[in-house]
Amino acid sequence: MLTYEQARQKYELVVGLEVHAQMLTQSKAYSSDSTEYGSMPNTNISVITLAHPGTLPKFNKKVAEFAIKMGLACHCNISEYNVFDRKNYFYPDLPKGYQITQDKTPICRGGYVPVKTKNGVESQVRLNRIHMEEDAGKSMHLAEEIETLVDLNRAGVPLIEIVTEPDIREPEEAYAYLTEIRKLVRYLEICDGNMEEGSLRCDANISIRLHGETKYGRKVEVKNMNSIRNVQRAIEHEFMRQVELFENGLGDTLVSETRMFDATNGQTYSLRSKEALNDYRYFPEPDLQPFIITQDYLNSIKTAMPPLPNFLKEKFMNTYGLPEYDALVLTDTKEIALWFEELCSQTTNYKAASNWMMGSVKSYLNELNLPIAQFPLQPSQIAEIIGLIEQNKLSFSTASQKLFPALLDNPKTTATEMAKKLDLLQDSSDDLIMPLIAATLAKYPDKVQEYKNGKKGLLGLFVGEVMKGSKGKADPKKVNELVLAALEK
Amino acid sequence: MKIDKELLHKIAHLARLDFNEQDETKMIDSLNEILDWVEQLNEVDTTGVKALTHMSVEVNALREDIMLPPLPHEKGLLNAPRKDSDYFRVPKVIE
Repeated sequence: MLTYEQARQKYELVVGLEVHAQMLTQSKAYSSDSTEYGSMPNTNISVITLAHPGTLPKFNKKVAEFAIKMGLACHCNISEYNVFDRKNYFYPDLPKGYQITQDKTPICRGGYVPVKTKNGVESQVRLNRIHMEEDAGKSMHLAEEIETLVDLNRAGVPLIEIVTEPDIREPEEAYAYLTEIRKLVRYLEICDGNMEEGSLRCDANISIRLHGETKYGRKVEVKNMNSIRNVQRAIEHEFMRQVELFENGLGDTLVSETRMFDATNGQTYSLRSKEALNDYRYFPEPDLQPFIITQDYLNSIKTAMPPLPNFLKEKFMNTYGLPEYDALVLTDTKEIALWFEELCSQTTNYKAASNWMMGSVKSYLNELNLPIAQFPLQPSQIAEIIGLIEQNKLSFSTASQKLFPALLDNPKTTATEMAKKLDLLQDSSDDLIMPLIAATLAKYPDKVQEYKNGKKGLLGLFVGEVMKGSKGKADPKKVNELVLAALEK
Repeated sequence: MKIDKELLHKIAHLARLDFNEQDETKMIDSLNEILDWVEQLNEVDTTGVKALTHMSVEVNALREDIMLPPLPHEKGLLNAPRKDSDYFRVPKVIE
């Protein structure tokens, strides 16, 4: 049997991903009932959601706006003319007997997402399309029940489906792509990106072929991964499963099927379906009129686009001169990135600002598991601390160990006020230091003589005395210089 | 296009229709009649004519993203053949 590395050398992995993202709208895609997650079963419903006879859908224009935003973020072409289509199939979580989707006219076509894996490999994953559709309800097949329970709260919740070309060649690349997609939907505030709750879902189409082969192999669709890490695991496992079939001469038995991922053992298993035949009989949805995206409307969305992670990352590197690592950490969420931007508008010491964000601020947030929105301090307070350190009024260690915690307890105080209150500010004025130096030298006349005879190591003793006299508030560097000067006189 | 027995069974399955053998012949004839009738349209030259998907010329019939009170839970479940206090109940669809 081949090891994973040997298998990767012999066979090429080919993956395309389909991501479903639930849109953060108030109401559903084609009806006005709520989209709220976690409500009591069958309480977010309407006659349209339940497909009562004589009801007609009406399209929520926010869904188009969100889909266009995602399309613009992914460099897609936005379709001017849009119609909806019916995808017909019977399943109890879909009361109408069809899903309203976009088959012929996806709202976004083409486009790409630049990704970089943990190993530093960069690539561009091309998109085939992004289209709009509706979610189905939830069926529960409980072991102790002889019937299936159906909750239609989710039926009709708007989705966008983001479909890649079969461009992905590494499990790590799939991981990086999904991380990027989740970051984008969160920056755009169109989806909360929560994979555990299923508001972001990913299906992977996986096939293998010998390196150098140009034809694609038969693909298997894997579903049911509830984290980005599990998508990577599922791809790794499915790759090896297919390799083993090929290696054992059973490549022909590989069927195009849907398999489920089991997170507990990292394997995929076949979803035995009674429905052998998939024939969705798409046709244009006659109940919804076509809609046209005008250039004016498109421009209005373009101008309202928030800054995107890649833009901010480049800015942090090029304008603020930060290392790539800093720029990546600081753009992980939009909230952190914008907080940092605010901080950088109040100090020009960008590297110090970055260090404060990635050090003290982040560790405070991590410890209490808080979002930056609930951070007690303002960017101005951190900027002030940075300023005090720059002016040698404060050492970094005093600032981070004493001033910063004290400010967190009293967030209404300015940094300078608090530093004064705690008597932390360094005082290196000549008025303070010069008399202390004179007194020290007068106290040890013989040591001064020894120093002058060449015992230079005694300098530390004099500096220590002066520092003690200043109660630690003088700047040691400056005291050093002044004591030296006094001794050389 | 001609409807034969195989195609009829396929369509019937997709539509979840059940009928006896006597009706099969009737169904096949009737479906073929409809298709023949529609096929007359092939006689019209449609070169350069865009597919007509909607009968009205209206476009952009959109609604704002506003949430309205839902259908009350009890009313929603009222007509379901099988239900409990929370859920619609249907024959088990997965083993």
